[in-house]
Amino acid sequence: MIHSLFLVNSSGDIFLEKHWKSVVSRSVCDYFFEAQERASEPENVAPVIPTPHHYLISVYRHKIFFVAVIQSEVPPLFVIEFLHRVVDTFQDYFGVCSEAAVKDNVVVVYELLEEMLDNGFPLATESNILKELIKPPTILRTVVNTITGSTNVGEQLPTGQLSVVPWRRTGVKYTNNEAYFDVVEEIDAIIDKSGSTVTAEIQGVVDASVKLTGMPDLTLSFVNPRLLDDVSFHPCVRFKRWEAERILSFIPPDGNFRLLSYHVSSQNLVAIPVYVKHSISFREGSSLGHFEITIGPKQTMGKAVEGVLVTSQMPKAVLNMNLTCTQGAYTFDPVTKMLSWDVGKINPQKLPSLKGSMSLQTGASKPDENPTINIQCKIQQLALSGLKVNRLDMYGEKYKPFKGIKYMTKAGKFQVRT
Amino acid sequence: MSAGSAYNDEKGGSSNTGEPEYGHDPASGGIFSSDYKRHDDLKEMLDSNKDSLKLEAMKRIVAMIARGKNASDLFPAVVKNVACKNIEVKKLVYVYLVRYAEEQQDLALLSISTFQRGLKDPNQLIRASALRVLSSIRVTIIVPIMMLAIKEAASDMSPYVRKTAAHAIPKLYSLDPDQKDQLIEVIEKLLADKTTLVAGSVVMAFEEVCPERIDLIHKNYRKLCNLLIDVEEWGQVVIINMLTRYARTQFLNPNHNESLLEESAEKAFYGSDEEETEEKDEKEEVAALAKRKPYVMDPDHRLLLRNTKPLLQSRNAAVVMAVAQLYFHLAPKAEVGVIAKAQVRLMRSHSEVQYVVLQNVATMSIKRRGMFEPYLKSFYIRSTDPTLIKVLKLEVLTNLANETNISTILREFQTYIKSMDKDFVAASIQAIGRCATNIGEVRDTCLNGLVQLLSNRDELVVAESVVVIKKLLQMQPAQHSDIIKHMAKLTDNIQVPMARASILWLIGEYCEHVPKIAPDVLRKMAKSFTNEEDIVKLQIINLAAKLYLTNSKQTKLLTQYVLNLAKYDQNYDIRDRARFIRQLIVPTEKSGVLSKYAKKLFLALKPAPVFESPFKDRDHFQLGSLSHLLNAKATGYQELPAWPGMAPDPSVRNVEVKEAVPEWTRCSSREKRKEKVEKPFYSDSEGESGPTESADSESELPSEMESGGGSESEEGGSGSGSEESDEGSESGKEKKKKPEKIKVRKTLPESAESEQSGEEEKSVRKRKERKASSESSSEEEEESSSESSSSESESEEESESEPETKKKKKISLSKPAPKLPKKEISLLDLDDFIPTPSPQVTPINNIVSNSLATDLQGLSLTDSALSPTMISPSFSSVKTYELLHRITGEGLAVEYCFSRQPYSLDPHMVAVQIQFSNNTDTEAKSLRIQEPKLMSGMRMQEFPEIEVLAPGETVTVVMGIDFCDSTQAANFQLCTQTRKFYVSIQPPVGELMMPVFMSENEFKKEQEQLIKLSMGHLMGMNEINEKLTMGEKCQSDHAIVQRVTSAANLSRVPCGSDREYRFAAKTVASGSLVLVTVVTKEGMAAQLTVNCEKMVIGTMLVKDILQALSQ
Repeated sequence: MIHSLFLVNSSGDIFLEKHWKSVVSRSVCDYFFEAQERASEPENVAPVIPTPHHYLISVYRHKIFFVAVIQSEVPPLFVIEFLHRVVDTFQDYFGVCSEAAVKDNVVVVYELLEEMLDNGFPLATESNILKELIKPPTILRTVVNTITGSTNVGEQLPTGQLSVVPWRRTGVKYTNNEAYFDVVEEIDAIIDKSGSTVTAEIQGVVDASVKLTGMPDLTLSFVNPRLLDDVSFHPCVRFKRWEAERILSFIPPDGNFRLLSYHVSSQNLVAIPVYVKHSISFREGSSLGHFEITIGPKQTMGKAVEGVLVTSQMPKAVLNMNLTCTQGAYTFDPVTKMLSWDVGKINPQKLPSLKGSMSLQTGASKPDENPTINIQCKIQQLALSGLKVNRLDMYGEKYKPFKGIKYMTKAGKFQVRT
Repeated sequence: MSAGSAYNDEKGGSSNTGEPEYGHDPASGGIFSSDYKRHDDLKEMLDSNKDSLKLEAMKRIVAMIARGKNASDLFPAVVKNVACKNIEVKKLVYVYLVRYAEEQQDLALLSISTFQRGLKDPNQLIRASALRVLSSIRVTIIVPIMMLAIKEAASDMSPYVRKTAAHAIPKLYSLDPDQKDQLIEVIEKLLADKTTLVAGSVVMAFEEVCPERIDLIHKNYRKLCNLLIDVEEWGQVVIINMLTRYARTQFLNPNHNESLLEESAEKAFYGSDEEETEEKDEKEEVAALAKRKPYVMDPDHRLLLRNTKPLLQSRNAAVVMAVAQLYFHLAPKAEVGVIAKAQVRLMRSHSEVQYVVLQNVATMSIKRRGMFEPYLKSFYIRSTDPTLIKVLKLEVLTNLANETNISTILREFQTYIKSMDKDFVAASIQAIGRCATNIGEVRDTCLNGLVQLLSNRDELVVAESVVVIKKLLQMQPAQHSDIIKHMAKLTDNIQVPMARASILWLIGEYCEHVPKIAPDVLRKMAKSFTNEEDIVKLQIINLAAKLYLTNSKQTKLLTQYVLNLAKYDQNYDIRDRARFIRQLIVPTEKSGVLSKYAKKLFLALKPAPVFESPFKDRDHFQLGSLSHLLNAKATGYQELPAWPGMAPDPSVRNVEVKEAVPEWTRCSSREKRKEKVEKPFYSDSEGESGPTESADSESELPSEMESGGGSESEEGGSGSGSEESDEGSESGKEKKKKPEKIKVRKTLPESAESEQSGEEEKSVRKRKERKASSESSSEEEEESSSESSSSESESEEESESEPETKKKKKISLSKPAPKLPKKEISLLDLDDFIPTPSPQVTPINNIVSNSLATDLQGLSLTDSALSPTMISPSFSSVKTYELLHRITGEGLAVEYCFSRQPYSLDPHMVAVQIQFSNNTDTEAKSLRIQEPKLMSGMRMQEFPEIEVLAPGETVTVVMGIDFCDSTQAANFQLCTQTRKFYVSIQPPVGELMMPVFMSENEFKKEQEQLIKLSMGHLMGMNEINEKLTMGEKCQSDHAIVQRVTSAANLSRVPCGSDREYRFAAKTVASGSLVLVTVVTKEGMAAQLTVNCEKMVIGTMLVKDILQALSQ
């Protein structure tokens, strides 16, 4: 299956290679570099590149290309999904997955890759099992290790691989038993020029942070499970129970994990949390353009809209922007033509606005298109779809855990066409 | 930490030497000159006693490997540490070893003994890791050791070790492909493993080593389906992909009937008229027959669909995609829809995932547009999407466009055209063009929009529009001379060659619509000819030629000029074209006949171009595969086989169990019933309850399953459980009046019907209809929904709450014949029993039980209520046919007859009794069958080899042939020790059936059903009437019955009227009912009616009986 893996940074250097079968020369990456050059943006590099003897399948994350070398037919998603899992694992281990982090922890990385694939076929990808095999480096442990010469490699044998619940190890102990759940919803929307909604949908996830002793068996039920149109689960969730009773029943993994992701049925009307008033105009023949946007809360159920960030890719003809904002701060990068305005919290009494003029390249014709505006924002303590957790119960253990639930709504891919 | 320091060291080093990447390694600190001893410090550290030093050294070495530096010269120093106590050192040594062993084979052998010791360790994890490293060392010398280790590990107690063994198989195979046969044995063994841990890995090994050995899967198919949900996610992907291929070879196309129903029905009609045993005709008929055969989904097929469905909810995109492609390739049309939602969900994922998913959606949306229509808006494009994704989304949107949504889509496209991403704009314009060709109503709107784009500032946009407009105009040029004029003006401005070429072509093609402008354009072009690109030049020549032909007065000189320019062009294509055209259009003395036709040649009406999606027909690649994505066959790609015309024997998947022994009296009857009864159950519940159907009960009770192990317990257990629940709900409707027995018997005809009915829908409707006749026929839908829900809930309760009861039931059911000691029977029967020649190693007792069961079926009175009353033939004056004449056979004469006995080894086969007589005076030795050449779907069970046939002696053997209900001949070779004879057996249609006992009422009911069934397509399809005049000798009752039964293997059905004679049978292979009615009238006249769902059989039978009666 996966023959080799090369890690390539954005400047086109291979800084790590790992082979699971016989060695493939790194010159195979030349085909990749070619493709990289041809593509204007790193995102535009085709994820699958055929070469005479191999196929290169790559993912781009954290400014690193993970290039897998394949020799024969394999489902591309299989490889892509695996590579993303590798990135997630690195992130889990080192906090960030950057070139520096990988270089600093090259041995751990190598050990991880060795365990994750055997002969190119995934062996242990469950973070819980990996952590049993290879302990994640912490500052304290690194210091201790250098002094005592002890190792990162787990001393015990990884029994998790043999367990019926491979995602949870035995003998977990906590003094404070707690289980926290975050219901996070993202709204994806396209708003057209006139302010009406072209498309809007809500996607949500339930992330959990469970620190419970022993082998707890949890059930989580919703007040209105019918809202959930399409769901995907962590493998720990018992699917049958969900099908029959719409209850999430599971033995949780230890630590942080994504319990559920869902899609809210599209029949329900989606409340749009913010609106944008905009007036952007270029005049033919003039070197100046007019730019003004105002942003305000729309349907937020009385909650405050926070962390608002407005970004917009301006046309090439825009040389510079001279704006004033009533709130927050804006930046315009004349190279990438990216305007970004960090608004912060919206005060409904005094709506934040950004206005001013754009200076255009003289002689260049008027851009045909006005820029689209992307908005990010957060609303605490609100799940926009109205999804509500009913209760959380624990079986199988005697103690009383501390339970918490948090709701949040975010703007996902929220775009306003102007 | 230390590794980090290694890196930092190295960085410092690199700045010193000024050589950024190559030529030094971390250990040497960058001093390149001291090359020969550059690893000395590392060697020293490795040789030291301190683990911490060793570890430090190993970490540096691994860091070197990671960066692709050569560290092979350290091999001896490192390999010494393979037995180190420190786990991390050991692991890093393994990493090193696996990396360099291939280069240093001899030294690598030093480490082998350590692993061999590890293989014997009491701890399973150590055994596993020893095997893992051992098998990863690519040294050919140790192949035998690896083979041995794998074999041993494959029967290890620990499933984890067995999993590792499965992983080791492809490693060994890639090292030494000659080991294939032995490895297949190991794979076969591991495939039988019942743990989830092993399943994924061994299927992966199977796919890499022997994907063609699909026969190894048969016995494990059901187990794999049931384990699937608990297998780890990567294994799931591999298993699902493999099962997709498997299912394609074993089951029938669930969507076949819909498309071919009408056409084939007609064919069968005509075929029957002039069917005078012409081979060709008959072949067609058989094909038509196969097509027409109503489709009933194999329960195993259903099992696969049902067990994979929950995996659509997996968090792993690869698993979701695998299930999606499985449904796309295998599921009936009505059920494919479920995958759309899951795929749309994947679109939220990383852009690489989106890319792959969109490619697949694009292919799917061509075939099944309706599936994605509700999610249209999810494919709308955001300005932040990468171009790759944008273009794919556009493709999907275009595929989804239809009359109803086109206006919204076009509005979207209008925004896209203004995008800053010009590649994307070009793609959008093409998309508009495609929408315009596909949907006639919007053609003008699109065209106008595109014409507006011609004044766009961006040249690329204009060029793309021109190309698209050209294609659109070709569809209806007459009405659009304005646009052509407008485009002619554009030639002054547009520089993109493709666009210029397109405009010129348009003007040339439609020069008669713009008679004034065209010569002028040519004039301009002639001026700039030398500066044009090649494609433009070619089009200028074309334009000149066309104008010359239509308007030679004005353009003669211009044309000459252009041709002269072209004559001396640098490009030989252009020179050639010029020469060619000159000869064609300019009449000279030498010019041949062709110039007369020049006008026809150039100004022929050209068909409008077809805008095709690049994703069209990509679905011949398995979706989700690399090959599909690249639209080219990748190495190692396994073709997705086409559906078989006839389903191979489903019984190969039956896994026999030891437990089955006490049950076997029922077994025979049940085996037949099972299949039939189960089918309606599955199809029912699926068809009616839709997506919320609970996951199966089998996987709920894996332990039970496993202990039972096989089809008997599986089908008998859960199958009967569900059967009963189905009946329960059914009989609940029938007011629970009927006693048990009737209820049980009822399942038979009912199942038979629904088998005939084909599509599930229909069977449901039909059943409803029938019910409606007994009850009031109001609000069918509500009724059916309540029915389904009740049956569903019942079956659920039953299967989930009490596995106990099921067991009890099984026991109680098997009670009727508890006292059949196993030994006795096998003694009795083993002698004349012929083992199946299937490649699987089947435990002997199961075959015995099978054959015995069928043998005993006539005897067992106890379960007569349960068994479908298949009776032994009532008439047996057998006709013998010659297979091999005495003379052609050089003294060996062979005759055959249809004994009309059920064939004991396989109920779907027709028993053929073969008589050999040796007329020579020497012994004939080893008489046997070779190389059967059968039509697809047909099977043959050979008779055991006759070793010696003494002179003058005669021997009779029985063989079974599954003719698949066709009168196609079975061809094979009959071999003696010295000679081979080509022979063939062709069954008369009457021998393809087995008598069935029925009451008069049942007969009428069935007849009605058959007629009703045919209402769906054509009236009276299933009924054939024929008037006849009886032969002189056919006057008495007895004679008629005798004639009919000798013509066909039918049994008489008692009848009230004395002018009517009824007969019933079932076809042997598919079990479809054949009902024959003869009504005698005044004088010699009579009317013959045959009801059979199989047209061909029906018509042929009519003929045969007609002949028999009129003699």
